[in-house]
Amino acid sequence: MIYLTLFYTFFLIGLFTFGGGYAMIPMITEQVTAKGWMSISELQNFIAISEMTPGPFAINIATFIGSRVGGIFGSVCATLGVVLPSLIIIIIVAIILNKFLNNKYVKGALFGVRPVVMALILSTAITFLFKAVIPYTDGAIQSFNRQAFGLIISLGFYVILYKKVNKKALNPILILLLSGLLGLIIF
Amino acid sequence: MKVGVFTFGGGYAMIPLIQKETVEKKHWITNEEIVDIIAVAESTPGPIAVNSATFIGYKVAGVLGSIFATLGLVIPSFLIIFVISLFYEQFMAIGFVKSIFKGLSIGVIILIANAFFKLKKTIKLNLSTTILFIVISTYLIINYFLEITIPFFTLLLILFGFVFGIVTETILKGKRK
Repeated sequence: MIYLTLFYTFFLIGLFTFGGGYAMIPMITEQVTAKGWMSISELQNFIAISEMTPGPFAINIATFIGSRVGGIFGSVCATLGVVLPSLIIIIIVAIILNKFLNNKYVKGALFGVRPVVMALILSTAITFLFKAVIPYTDGAIQSFNRQAFGLIISLGFYVILYKKVNKKALNPILILLLSGLLGLIIF
Repeated sequence: MKVGVFTFGGGYAMIPLIQKETVEKKHWITNEEIVDIIAVAESTPGPIAVNSATFIGYKVAGVLGSIFATLGLVIPSFLIIFVISLFYEQFMAIGFVKSIFKGLSIGVIILIANAFFKLKKTIKLNLSTTILFIVISTYLIINYFLEITIPFFTLLLILFGFVFGIVTETILKGKRK
């Protein structure tokens, strides 16, 4: 039953996302590839679309994947799944607010989960990078993608330079517009 | 809630908007409460935008309020994305669109890396958590070449993080006292 699978997959993702929408990407990547719903490159397209459209990233990506996998009802299930844990947990926490924020076990758990989330996000970025530049399957590097390598170096360089010069980060939408434009030229 | 419609790029972009709508215009909550809301939204699981909407909804009008606030946040995104997803296939069949998306997938990598650096700036790690961070990320990166897939490995790692944090923060600190 695809709808049930979508619902509980996104329910788990919602339940174990700490630190905002991007922290979801590692688990989404793991789940959609394990279930054979889509390829990494398709998922990357979805991420780009979710980032460029209004609304919270988490909702966008859940709706998108749900819709592609299971039509309109699939998207409803995925979106409900990702929202429901928040709804339940927040209502409970709102009732016991101060106890929650000062509880030593809660503090401890958050303390321990942060480095894990950081490691997950960093390694997702790096494995996505590997996949784009040196696709690796069945124990061997398949090819070296020079265009992708050039694009990532120039874009990365520009983003860092922009931050150093202007003392503020480049808007994510601008980063995507720029990368789309460069993609149009290079590929 | 119209906040949902105007949020580009994730939860943190919403906070100033939420503040303007709910504190200044509607006087639902105070500025101090916003700080609480952010603290809770960050330290509970789930997307930050959804968490804050639910929390504010609850503060203003109880359980029903939280449900409506969340629905209000979700529905605009849901409709927009659903319509886009219907045209996705036709859209991706166009040659130049494919090139654009090849570029975009590189942009996405930069965004994810950006998210990491943002987190790194706000999160302070001590010795034990730094080691944990290095071990896990090294393993995950090497795993690209090992191609080992363990179902729900990410989830297991997060649970491990909880246990690790609780053990180091409560039990070990308790012993030192």
